[in-house]
Amino acid sequence: MTTKNIYTRGQLTWLVVLRVLIGWYFMYEGLTKIMTPNWTSYAYLRDSQGWFAPFFTMLTDNAWVMSTVNAINMYGLTIIGLCMILGCFVQFANIGAIGLLSLYYLSHPPMLDVHYLIRPEGSYMWVDKNLIMLGAIAVLMLFPTSKLIGLDRWIFRKCKK
Amino acid sequence: MSDKEIVNNENENQNSHLNVPKNGRREALKTLATIPVIGAMAYGVIKKKNQEYRNKRVGNIFAFETTPTVMDRQPDGQTIRLGIIGFGIRGSQLMQALGFATPQHIDHLKDLAKQDVQNTRYKDFLEQEDLNIVVNGVCDIFDVYAKEAATAGANKNREGSEGKFANLPVIYENYKDLLAAKDIDAVIIATPDHWHGTMVIDAVNAGKHVYVEKPLTWTVPETYLVADAVKKSNVIFQLGHQGRQIEINHRAKEIIKKGLIGKVTLAEVSTNRNDPNGAWVYSIHPEANPSTIDWKQFEGNPVRIKEYLDYMTSVGATKYVGPDSRDKFSLERFFRWRCWWDYSTGLSGDLLTHEYDAMNHMLDLGIPASATSSGGVYFFKDGRTVPDVLQTTFEFPDRDMTMLYTATLASQYNRPRKIMATDATIELGSTLNVTIDPQSELYREKIQQGIIKAGEPFYRYASGKSIDALSSATEMYFAERGLLFSYVEGKRYNTTYLHLREWIECIRQKKQPSCGIKEAFEEAMAAHMGTRAYLEGRTMYWDADKQVITRG
Repeated sequence: MTTKNIYTRGQLTWLVVLRVLIGWYFMYEGLTKIMTPNWTSYAYLRDSQGWFAPFFTMLTDNAWVMSTVNAINMYGLTIIGLCMILGCFVQFANIGAIGLLSLYYLSHPPMLDVHYLIRPEGSYMWVDKNLIMLGAIAVLMLFPTSKLIGLDRWIFRKCKK
Repeated sequence: MSDKEIVNNENENQNSHLNVPKNGRREALKTLATIPVIGAMAYGVIKKKNQEYRNKRVGNIFAFETTPTVMDRQPDGQTIRLGIIGFGIRGSQLMQALGFATPQHIDHLKDLAKQDVQNTRYKDFLEQEDLNIVVNGVCDIFDVYAKEAATAGANKNREGSEGKFANLPVIYENYKDLLAAKDIDAVIIATPDHWHGTMVIDAVNAGKHVYVEKPLTWTVPETYLVADAVKKSNVIFQLGHQGRQIEINHRAKEIIKKGLIGKVTLAEVSTNRNDPNGAWVYSIHPEANPSTIDWKQFEGNPVRIKEYLDYMTSVGATKYVGPDSRDKFSLERFFRWRCWWDYSTGLSGDLLTHEYDAMNHMLDLGIPASATSSGGVYFFKDGRTVPDVLQTTFEFPDRDMTMLYTATLASQYNRPRKIMATDATIELGSTLNVTIDPQSELYREKIQQGIIKAGEPFYRYASGKSIDALSSATEMYFAERGLLFSYVEGKRYNTTYLHLREWIECIRQKKQPSCGIKEAFEEAMAAHMGTRAYLEGRTMYWDADKQVITRG
């Protein structure tokens, strides 16, 4: 990853805006879960469909696994979002985000003839918002900005020294 | 990107490296540029929190803490030795709730689990807590059922047909012999209605604790005898209204007691079924015949039969008797006995009693002052004498309220129980919903402030979780379907299991179960009033001083 700015002003601006927007989305999702008393992903996991549904359903069988999964969602989403907004350790945050989004996609694949109790607020076939966001984050990984705008600018310079 | 631009950018970048002190401000700006975004989010989150807090305070009116409804167990206490009388559909369900199933049933559950990984019935059954009981005797007048009951009773380890079983419990051909057995402390009675009262009296006289399926009795005269017998004894008695264990009903009771819905004037309850099984057209066992069924015992206790016939004759309701003669062997009448008054109490005894008992639990209604009924055989014209559509109204003038029961066996449209009052209405389905009345005095200020939206569900409660109108749509959606149940409680409980468990613990701890003889007597009299109102086509009244049903 280079600290040299190879982007035009417009490109850099919109890449940073995209990073912050995705970060905002992640962080608020996480904060809402933290602030909801007794929040649990239990119902969401029970509602899994598709090839991997048995795996996601299995996670709900064990109370300890459930609390771990819940913690990963609550704090994972919040921290990933915070990192994206502040621009710190963004490459790690990106990897975490892609991991979580993949799991969301696999547990709730937008297949034909599949009905979820939690109905998505749009119409999807094979491609849904999780997949699109995953694609956007992949783009952000290849066009990094945090060393130009963000705390990584300072962090990685310190490391270099 | 043009070459010129790239060069410019690179130059700028190099400058920032070389001239850190000079460009310190610019550098800091680039490093910290996005921090204000966090401030914006913090502002939004705090604002939302404050709003939620304000609304929560209103929601909290209903979200008070309640005492646990499930009784503490003494698992290492005395082992209770059971006898089972009746192993038909309900009898086998009761035994399963106690942890005893036939190996065939276990095989079936295993198959279901194999076919669908999400089907957890087998796992749930294995995980069901051991109640520290043994089944020492069983009795059924159909040989096949009696043998099945015995194999279920021996299946202590809940195994399929390849398992190892304990010794078979004794199979008794007559329930009186089972009651005389010294190695039985308590009996479960799940026979047809016309046998309930007689068997309870005999069991109590034999000193056995009793769990009897609803309704308590078939005739009015025997109701007094049963109540007297139980009251004079030391036995622990429980009537099989497992609805007493439904958590949301306990919650509703407290909400009403706290005056949060105002003055109740109408309770509306119903039965809605739409399949032959729900209309008591049960399948006929292929091995059933006069040599495998003890028809003489099925006919009933001659004293009860006389009470029944005397009443039917005295009120000119003989058209409801029969039509077959009582001593004529009939597979239909044996397996589908609920369809004939000769053995059954119809919708009143089978299903109205559940609804009445739920309302009696929540509202402490007692026996109604009067009852009217109407209905008929409108759909299942299969020779039955009991109606398949029934409306019964109970009046409680001392409480200034009516309870309306309305039933059909030919439509499954879901009608939740409703308790309608001046300030709010409680709806009880898989969840408890409270809807504030637009004309409420109690909540007028909050309605005007816009905190409460009248006419829309304001508060929901499902299995230990309070949800107000501000909770997320998903939460509400799942709550409505009762899906939160298993996680919040850590385990999915079957209400029949809880009801039996309560009875067994009460035997151990010498306590009074929730549906004891007082509640049972009230249930029986209310149901009899409804039945008589239907059979006689006129209003029935309850004379509270003389404790008798009158015709006004």
